[in-house]
Amino acid sequence: MKRITFCALLLLLIVRASAQVTPTRLVNSGKEPQNWLTYSGDYSGHRFSALDQINKENVRSLVAKWVYQTGASGKFETTPLVVDGILYGTAPDNRVFALDAHTGRPIWLYQRQLPGDIRPCCGRVNRGVAILGDKVFFGTLDAHVMALDAKTGGVIWDVAAVDYKLGYSFTLAPLAVKNLVILGVSGGEYGIRGFIDAYDAETGQRKWRFYTIPGPGEPGHETWEGDSWKIGGAPAWITGTYDPGSNQLFWPTGNPSPSNRGAGRAGDNLYSNTLLALDADTGKLNWYFQFTKHDEHDWDATQVPVMIDDSERHLIAQANRNGFFYLVDRSHHKLLLANPYGKITWSNSRDDEGRPVSNQESEPTLHGRQVCPGAAGTTNWMSPTFDSQTGFFYVNAREQCDIFSTAPQPYEAGHAYYGSAYFPSDEAEPYWGALRAIDPADGKIKWEFRHPSPSWSGVLSTAGGLVFTGDSEGNFIALDAGSGKALWHFQTGAAIYAAPMAFALDGKEYVAIAAGSSLYAFGLP
Amino acid sequence: MTLPTMTRIHMLAAVLLIADLALAQDHNPYVGNAKMAKLGEFQFRINCAFCHGLGARGGGRGPDLTRTHKRHGNSDADLFNTINNGVSGTAMPPNGTTGQGVGMTNEEIWQVITYLRSVEMKAPAKPLGDPAHGKRLFYGDANCSGCHMVQGKGGRLGPNLTAVGGIRTPEYIVDSVRNPSRRLAQGLLEATKEFPQEYETVTIVTADGKEIKGVALNEDSFSVQLMDTSEKVYMFKKDELRSFNKSRTSMMPAYNTSLLSDQDLQDIVAYLVSVGAK
Repeated sequence: MKRITFCALLLLLIVRASAQVTPTRLVNSGKEPQNWLTYSGDYSGHRFSALDQINKENVRSLVAKWVYQTGASGKFETTPLVVDGILYGTAPDNRVFALDAHTGRPIWLYQRQLPGDIRPCCGRVNRGVAILGDKVFFGTLDAHVMALDAKTGGVIWDVAAVDYKLGYSFTLAPLAVKNLVILGVSGGEYGIRGFIDAYDAETGQRKWRFYTIPGPGEPGHETWEGDSWKIGGAPAWITGTYDPGSNQLFWPTGNPSPSNRGAGRAGDNLYSNTLLALDADTGKLNWYFQFTKHDEHDWDATQVPVMIDDSERHLIAQANRNGFFYLVDRSHHKLLLANPYGKITWSNSRDDEGRPVSNQESEPTLHGRQVCPGAAGTTNWMSPTFDSQTGFFYVNAREQCDIFSTAPQPYEAGHAYYGSAYFPSDEAEPYWGALRAIDPADGKIKWEFRHPSPSWSGVLSTAGGLVFTGDSEGNFIALDAGSGKALWHFQTGAAIYAAPMAFALDGKEYVAIAAGSSLYAFGLP
Repeated sequence: MTLPTMTRIHMLAAVLLIADLALAQDHNPYVGNAKMAKLGEFQFRINCAFCHGLGARGGGRGPDLTRTHKRHGNSDADLFNTINNGVSGTAMPPNGTTGQGVGMTNEEIWQVITYLRSVEMKAPAKPLGDPAHGKRLFYGDANCSGCHMVQGKGGRLGPNLTAVGGIRTPEYIVDSVRNPSRRLAQGLLEATKEFPQEYETVTIVTADGKEIKGVALNEDSFSVQLMDTSEKVYMFKKDELRSFNKSRTSMMPAYNTSLLSDQDLQDIVAYLVSVGAK
């Protein structure tokens, strides 16, 4: 009997090793925890690994198994994918690499020759690839979408999505759903008109585009003053989540442009800072929830919308940049809870739906006003994790207050269009940060692990009872998911701007993190 | 094509060429242009003010830019170069890599330079104080050199003050001496520190009960590196300590007027300016 099971397993492994990544495998990614098939590990955005070999008892002995040097400088933000022993990642300047996940040795490398006049707002960054069939997909800083051969890195197709010279770029990892490659655009600092695109994985043909700002005649268009909708921003630069049951994508959008100056764009500015529920096949809007109306603080809602389900409820949980932890009911499209998870001064009242709304005293002025959270928000794009074992939602929070001021400027195509500036405040306490465990049931903080300065790292939880995260001092840290006690750390030598992930090879669990210009893989000795 | 059309094209080409040359990197095409200075002010707020402060009066880590003396060159071409390429070995990053703004075009850099020229303050006609007397005080009775170094001579516990006279206003320096804890110095001004040392005061008790007080050189969640008043460098893992406390009360004594008269302080500032503004 045992032998049969072993043979079946072996057979399964052999089949897997040669099998392509099918849409079914992506839907059922939980059944193959040895692989990491999408940006957040699964469609629900949990960033949870069912692997439990590395656990609270043995994590103290974790060691580096290999280090891969990309040779790139700048913020290294990738979450690698691992498929049947091969690891796929991206590095700054639109490098893409495939490594032997056992050894870290490269199998192929691809680097895009970027034009000299690209306009990335915040570094020449990229957060990763999507995989489907025998191709890997990524978006470029010059706003192309590309498919590479997963075995060779050769270019299969290369499609220009939009004119990068107007300030558009792609920095996120695409999401593969069915036969589509879905991604949202960056450029909220340039007065773009944001969109989410879906491309046929086989041909690169665009199947649909959803503009995050409605055009004339469309519902929501009236939430923009005059022609401001044309340059109203609302980018969509973080990878969304997907519910196969309802065939809906959940994709969050970013700030209206210009970010800290509302003059000239009176109205709610739909669908900026909004959770969008889109039909995956057509890109049609099913419903939405706007987190921050008429935003003047750059409260980009570009945080992973995490799907949490129990027998009764189907929810979206999001720790928003504006400092509130939100629970939205996916079935009834209603806000259930909005609770602060950091220091907040910008809002002290709610609207009829329970949504926090901005104080007049917090509106940016020419001379500036101190507002908490600060310009980078209570969190930013770094991934949270939801651990179904503890039931906690973990996120790196930033405690920072800043002076927000306006800097009126005319729109000029392709030029920075902030209309605003921010400064550290002399009076505020120095910035600090903390990894916080939030109980989604009541939105309360159950524990925190304090960082000396705010962290830009994402968080991974595992069935080993652990959460992994990084800090700006360069430490990669494993903590007890239940108590927040740090159990292990490793000094990587550079501030961490990426989220951890886990995979397994030959029955051995690994945890990987990007830091500096290096990708580290850790395992038990 | 008719002759007048040809001429027009040539004229247009000539105008474009001149416009192009004017935007080359050694000559400011907007000298004295108030409208460009205003546009430059907004660019400055977006791209520069995070470090250099609103109004260019200096911030936590960036020098005061209203002084006519600019440490890395005073000419328009020097300023363009400093803004565009950054200053290696300092916290000043190349254009477009600050993480604050998205970077500026050449025209926008010239707008910023035009703005900076519009807010420059002329040096006062009469000197601040007596730099020679200030130097004697610095190394003598005022005992500044016990903790601060100038041009390679002095102590190591506090920030190196060689450059401070060129990048901070006299008022800022006076305030730092009178109220050292109001705003701690940031080590990003120093070439040897690429991380933000903030000169916080750290008091630790070792496992065997020894108390050590000093200035934090660096710190993370798991370790601390510090220097005590005898300039001894200590390195500890936090989990091996009995206690660890950090405070933003500076180890520097507040020099009130009974410790240091206004005139003596002005002389010290004059000395620092004479060194730093060279």
